Amino acid sequence: MLPVLYLAQAEFGYLGTDAIEYVAKIMGVSTARVYGVVTFYTMLNMKPIGRHHIQVCRTLPCALAGAEKITALIKAKLGIDAGETTSDGKFSLLEVECLASCGTGPMMQVNEDYHENLTEERVTEILQSLK
Amino acid sequence: MEKILLRNVDAPESHTLAAYRSRGGYRALEKVAREMSPARVIEEVKASGLRGRGGAGFPTGMKWGFVPKDSPKPKYVVCNADESEPGTFKDRLLIEKDPHAIIEGTIIAAYSIGSHTAFIYIRGELAYASQVLQKAIDESYQAGYLGKSILGTGYDLDVVLHRGAGAYICGEETGLLSSLEGGKGWPKVKPPFPATHGLFGCPTVVNNVETLAALPWIIDQGAAQYAALGTEKSKGTKLFSVSGHIRKPGVYEVEMGYPFKRFLEEDCGGVPNGRHLKGVIPGGASMPVLRADEIGEVRMDYESFQAAGTMLGSGGVIVMDETTCMVKAAWNIARFFAHESCGQCSPCREGCHWMEKIFWRVENGQGESADLDLILNISGNIMGNTICPFGDAAAMPAAAFIKKYRAEFEAHIAEKRCVISASG
Repeated sequence: MLPVLYLAQAEFGYLGTDAIEYVAKIMGVSTARVYGVVTFYTMLNMKPIGRHHIQVCRTLPCALAGAEKITALIKAKLGIDAGETTSDGKFSLLEVECLASCGTGPMMQVNEDYHENLTEERVTEILQSLK
Repeated sequence: MEKILLRNVDAPESHTLAAYRSRGGYRALEKVAREMSPARVIEEVKASGLRGRGGAGFPTGMKWGFVPKDSPKPKYVVCNADESEPGTFKDRLLIEKDPHAIIEGTIIAAYSIGSHTAFIYIRGELAYASQVLQKAIDESYQAGYLGKSILGTGYDLDVVLHRGAGAYICGEETGLLSSLEGGKGWPKVKPPFPATHGLFGCPTVVNNVETLAALPWIIDQGAAQYAALGTEKSKGTKLFSVSGHIRKPGVYEVEMGYPFKRFLEEDCGGVPNGRHLKGVIPGGASMPVLRADEIGEVRMDYESFQAAGTMLGSGGVIVMDETTCMVKAAWNIARFFAHESCGQCSPCREGCHWMEKIFWRVENGQGESADLDLILNISGNIMGNTICPFGDAAAMPAAAFIKKYRAEFEAHIAEKRCVISASG
């Protein structure tokens, strides 16, 4: 199921009702079954997300390393809160749980890329480099 | 100490087949294929004393021995690479730097139980690690270590890499199997255990990345060499991921039984900025915290951590210095478990959110004097009352933070503010 949902998400951008119904049909299972799976996993999105999906780790080791400051800076720079997307559709921001990067925190993931040992300067540079 | 698990990670191009082979890689598999029966491999792993490195510490050879030999159903090996325990990043290092050790270990495990299909279930977020691992699997197929008649033995094995999609509970072995079967990652009631009723109802062995990565060395060097390391009941070496307020964070390989205080102060360089240690979580966020005054005599093995009232767990060591607010730390961990509870069992689904909310109000000056006992009550009602160990994993740290730093919690309630940091 997950490999098919990944393909569908790559194709449609997100897993809305149409995509869920389509996957249910080709998998030969009920829509409810697919809906249950989609809503269970954080990496499957039911809404469109920004071109650059920024996920900042908030769990204890990153929090001890100063993750709150990093999140606050990104919120201020982008003018959005966690869970929101900028009006131009360029950035989405999410606070997420541990990404197995605890020794190199604070860290964030932008789409599939890890950015570790973050400082406020480094975050500013990364945000500027994202087109 | 000779490194076993980290023996290759610093070598140039260590993730490639050429580098792995030049350092003795796949020698163990050749030995297995040439001269060892499946039963002999299981005996060797039993003799090594290797215990599961995912957190529970169950003897690996014994786990394999539970798989019925005469079952008409297909058998599966599943490598648990869904590393998600807060404070733990050792498996990610092994996957990115030494993927062939994991693959070789997986083949040895599959051969020993007579499995012809193995799955590696990797965290969805680990995109780069997935690419590295898939390339290594492809290389193994080309070299004849995977596929039909491996090394001319007539034994066939396929390895399939499967990405998760963001759910901590899929690190729990039966939750992982539910996810692999195409559903929500809901854990299953045990018994029956996966050894007899696992993936798609078939006999299945689920082993952690670190467990499988230890196998090539054990087979190549012999069980006796491995069993000579460590303590009487905790054999060999273990990886520890070190994070938080520590001078040299990172992944360390430690012989079981090594003094914990010496490890933190000498190997990891101690707490930086001239500050003092306040507490340390030794085995990932689901394990009880130890106060600085409790670590003096503790040694780094399953039994010693247990005797100290905590557990070795995943070996995720989270270090907190004197500036850390323990209420906020407890709230952070409670929030993690509230977010990650799969929602199947009521005590965990409801209790994790209640604990998170109560910790939050204590931290933010709205706590009441009965709140601490209320959390202990909720924690006690979750413990042992859920299908999988997640409930215990959420309940244990919550209770430990309150029991060990009660005065700090009470000060928050009495002064109606965070008494540690001005920002609260």
